[in-house]
Amino acid sequence: MKIAIPLDENKKDVCVTFGRAPYFLFAQDGKQEILENPAAQAQGGAGIKAAQFLVDQDAEVLLTVRCGQNANEVFQAAGLKVYQTQGTDALENVSAFTEGKLAELTHFHAGFQGIQ
Amino acid sequence: MRLAVLSGKGGAGKTLLAVNLAAAAGRAAYVDCDVEEPNGRLFLKPEDVSTQPVHTLLPAFDQEKCNGCRKCVDFCRFNALIYIRQTPKVFSEVCHSCGGCQLVCPTGAIREEPRSVGHLELGHRGDLQVVTGILDPGEASGVPVISAALESVRDFDGLTVVDCPPGSACSVMESVQEADYCLLVAEPTAFGFHNFRMVYELCSLLGKNCGVVINKMDAPYEPLEVFCREHDLPILARIPYDPHAAALAAQGQLLYEADAGMAQQFRQILAEIGGVRQ
Repeated sequence: MKIAIPLDENKKDVCVTFGRAPYFLFAQDGKQEILENPAAQAQGGAGIKAAQFLVDQDAEVLLTVRCGQNANEVFQAAGLKVYQTQGTDALENVSAFTEGKLAELTHFHAGFQGIQ
Repeated sequence: MRLAVLSGKGGAGKTLLAVNLAAAAGRAAYVDCDVEEPNGRLFLKPEDVSTQPVHTLLPAFDQEKCNGCRKCVDFCRFNALIYIRQTPKVFSEVCHSCGGCQLVCPTGAIREEPRSVGHLELGHRGDLQVVTGILDPGEASGVPVISAALESVRDFDGLTVVDCPPGSACSVMESVQEADYCLLVAEPTAFGFHNFRMVYELCSLLGKNCGVVINKMDAPYEPLEVFCREHDLPILARIPYDPHAAALAAQGQLLYEADAGMAQQFRQILAEIGGVRQ
């Protein structure tokens, strides 16, 4: 199962924002890959574009602090599940998720970045 | 002449100035571009009101023709389009109706369909035309309604008074773009002054002639007075803070009709702006 997490500039901590996170960590079968977020500098609709990116990378799960409604709509269409992170370390969150310790994210904030 | 009345801060007195200046001008057009909460009509009470829908265009997809090339998704600078599970989809509130997706689609799978975003109310009060732009609740952008409201008086040859939305964002830009003169309504407070400077910056960027009306004035707010002097901004009027005037306005009365002193004040402002009768 491919897990995606928005990453801070230090490429270690979970980024508090989803759509404009500088990087994403993709974890699968004990391997990790860090890719730049193509939506980080988007003028608008960053959440939508970042969500499309995760789907295109075949991620099946997103672990994040928060996420907007538009991005969540993309995830629902793609069947990608969203869970809420705990603490700041991204890899610890991967372990926590694997152990079933993370809860599904249920609150999705209204988009504020999609509108210019 | 097209006169835009604006202020950075809501509640500064845009509508008060706009409706009374329009009334003072006699034969004129009043356009309420504060489309999220238009209230000029409460004062002007237009008659013979007809309504006109306002639409914007939204892409619609023909699944059979779509070959999944994603050129539309890549083209959209607003990121309003996605392609998930072999299906293109548009986020209507993010779409700016530019039509680019339709142009770049190699298979002709995209057509544009109208989507209602609001309506206009068109009426009159004697010789004064009254246009009210009304945005549907929940819509993200008032720009299409503002643009339709202004278009409805494009050919009018008299004074057009544009009652702008508050702030200094896209909807205000749309409202003032074709103005010949911008009347900035300011409150003599630190907050009022801060927001006043933001709209002044916008109007000067757009190269507009500007004048200032200070409203609800109890005492001079020195930084505002100094700023106007330093920027050669004429202060056309200082309207005193007056509970009597506030009460008349709260009843939906036009100060131009209910208060002879104020009527003279509004005529003078019009004359100084250089459009109209004294």
